Amino acid sequence: MTTEKYESYYVPDQSHWPIVGAVALFLIAIGAGSYVANLDTGEGIGGWVLLAGIAMVIYMVFGWFSNVIDESMAGKYSAQMDNSFRQGMSWFIFSEVMFFAAFFGALLYARVFSVPWLGGAGNNLETMQVLWPEFLAAWPLTKTPDGTTTEAMGWGGLPLYNTILLLTSSFTAHFAHVALEQNKRGTLKIWLGITVLLGLAFLVLQVEEYIHAYSSMGLTLASGIYGNTFFLLTGFHGMHVTLGTIMLIVMFCRVYKGHFTPDNHFAFQAASWYWHFVDVVWVMLFVFVYIL
Amino acid sequence: MTTATDTLDHHDDDHHDHKMTGIKRWLYTTNHKDIGTLYLWFSFIMLLTGGAMAMVIRAELFQPGLQIVEPDFFNQMTTVHGLIMVFGAIMPAFTGLANWMLPMMIGAPDMALPRLNNWSFWILPFAFSILLASLFMESGGPNFGWTFYAPLSTTYSNGSTAFFVFAVHIMGISSIMGAINIVVTIMNLRAPGMTYMKMPLFVWTFFITAYLLIAVMPVLAGTVTMVLTDTYFGTSFFNAAGGGDPVMFQHIFWFFGHPEVYIMILPAFGIVSTIIPAFARKQLFGYSSMVYATSSIAFLSFIVWAHHMFTTGMPLAGELFFMYCTMLIAVPTGVKVFNWVATMWQGSMTFETPMLFSVAFVILFTIGGFSGLMLAMTPVDFQYHDTYFVVAHFHYVLVTGSLFSIYAGAYYWLPKWTGHMYSEKLGKWHFWCSIISVNLLFFPMHFLGLAGMPRRIPDYALQFADFNKWVSIGGFAFGLSQLIFLVLVIKCIKGGEKAPAKPWDGAEGLEWEVPSPAPYHTFSTPPEIK
Repeated sequence: MTTEKYESYYVPDQSHWPIVGAVALFLIAIGAGSYVANLDTGEGIGGWVLLAGIAMVIYMVFGWFSNVIDESMAGKYSAQMDNSFRQGMSWFIFSEVMFFAAFFGALLYARVFSVPWLGGAGNNLETMQVLWPEFLAAWPLTKTPDGTTTEAMGWGGLPLYNTILLLTSSFTAHFAHVALEQNKRGTLKIWLGITVLLGLAFLVLQVEEYIHAYSSMGLTLASGIYGNTFFLLTGFHGMHVTLGTIMLIVMFCRVYKGHFTPDNHFAFQAASWYWHFVDVVWVMLFVFVYIL
Repeated sequence: MTTATDTLDHHDDDHHDHKMTGIKRWLYTTNHKDIGTLYLWFSFIMLLTGGAMAMVIRAELFQPGLQIVEPDFFNQMTTVHGLIMVFGAIMPAFTGLANWMLPMMIGAPDMALPRLNNWSFWILPFAFSILLASLFMESGGPNFGWTFYAPLSTTYSNGSTAFFVFAVHIMGISSIMGAINIVVTIMNLRAPGMTYMKMPLFVWTFFITAYLLIAVMPVLAGTVTMVLTDTYFGTSFFNAAGGGDPVMFQHIFWFFGHPEVYIMILPAFGIVSTIIPAFARKQLFGYSSMVYATSSIAFLSFIVWAHHMFTTGMPLAGELFFMYCTMLIAVPTGVKVFNWVATMWQGSMTFETPMLFSVAFVILFTIGGFSGLMLAMTPVDFQYHDTYFVVAHFHYVLVTGSLFSIYAGAYYWLPKWTGHMYSEKLGKWHFWCSIISVNLLFFPMHFLGLAGMPRRIPDYALQFADFNKWVSIGGFAFGLSQLIFLVLVIKCIKGGEKAPAKPWDGAEGLEWEVPSPAPYHTFSTPPEIK
């Protein structure tokens, strides 16, 4: 037997959190479904069901994670368990990468194929002359074939500031991690606090940019493929930054409560990985949505 | 392949050996065997539900003309039948098998993330209740085919599209979390000494399938999100008037969709590669070539998606590229079929029900593979596209392929799950009724398709009447035959001859070294693998 060499792998007891989470997702799906389906009339209670579902998810995450934290603090987790968490988080981030890949794919397809083809490229000249002879293929597509016009968002100003903010925050997150590994708790708190502030500042500027786009540029979600890809890519990225910031705030609170040691800080590591991931996505966005 | 060398100790883990009883046991469970059971029962219920819809389709098509359902309801039936069979029957059945068997095969105490495992399962019934409930809405359920091509799912869709979209989101979340759990379990929880190339092939195929799932389910989520915004928020991803392209939908969908079809067949390869050696009483021929072939198929699945769209008017270079890449898949698949046949060659074969289904799998899946090769040829596909030939092709690979492999696996491991031998007589009845009716059901569809009968229509020209009559009769017979399996499983759970730890004398693997039924917690300390 190899019992001596082998730490036992912790298999948790029955837990009621997953089923709470399942009901929560159910409420979110039917709430969002009926909210969206009645968007034009504004009737129904879909929005409230959606909010109830979201509240329930938050409740579930609190309960579930506090169980996990308690177990971890009680020393029930082996190094192997830690490894499971790490690998699980890595593959989760990979799945997020593929989610963004779908939207980047749509952006590249529109730029490389559909817009030029609509303008008559390849063997599509006749199609263009029959459908929209006036159409001019260009990117950013400021005038769609059916005549919706908009302005393009430049890369200077707010987007550039946001790039600087987010890139800096990736470094500060790394410094915080280094400080944690060297057990310098004071430095850790400072760097982590700065990271959170940078994340919040990014979000504020992002909202500012959206307001500007909607109110004075006529750039909306519905203004053709340029506005579609712009808002879906930056919007989903913004949601991920929001989630990442919340994760970092939770880490900040846990650091204040004295959690984490130089060797054992999976949650911190995961939040930091996630933060680097949203940063990389932003760099891709900045290049492909704003600059090019 | 692998043998455990120590004596195994199977006492329940002391700190969590109490089993809750009643409904709470199933709602709160973190046990991989309980969750596997839930997945398997859920998928069987979904199989019967989706099957009932297929019966509606075949009843309508029994003779030409419109007689039983409205065309719009017919479209809802084909759509929901497809969605349920893909996401509700085949995929959860494989996940159920993975949950039950993977930890036992690699000597792990459980899945790596047991609570997440519970969540992955329990969101599925909710997702499917939303999908099924949408059929009863005023506007009717989704009616655009399981592939939900734009603009059918956007501009021309009915009021239930939002529910369809969110239901698919939940199914995707379930699959991604299930797949992450499988990958982490295999990477991290193998018993000491079990190197990657000592893993049973079953484990290998689920490992690779899980990677495919993590890579493509998020793309499906992106696709349905774009459908949602196009339908309700005025975007024009799939609308040329706004600079988008309906064909772009097909590209993004099939980038998910093609790996998806391998998600539904690679685990089948693993199951059959486990069962054939057991009943041929020989080692699997070419283990490592099987591993490499599976990996090659998984890789190729990412660069063949546009063979579903040869008729959309792609540039010629694209059509050639996708045609040749698709044909390349025949090479690793041929390696596999060769290895299965070579494993049986000169073996001391017996034909218990698992083996019958496995041999049928090899033959009938190969037929589906060959019709796939025919469809891969661009110029020829112009004729077959969207005809019953395609329907015949993917039902041969999904029903006589995936579903038969699931049956084979279920028969093979039922003694381990229940502790009782199933009734071999009923099993043989199930097999022979199924194999005759399934060929009556799907084989004539090849002829219908070659003669030009389009898929997804409630009515057809008179010259197709005779074949359709036989197809429908085959369909009803196949549907009824599946009830034999239900009776057999219930009888097997309730009682029957006691099963020994290893009921099949050629079987190999760690799961046969624990008693039958397998104890609630298997390896609290991992066995050593030499």
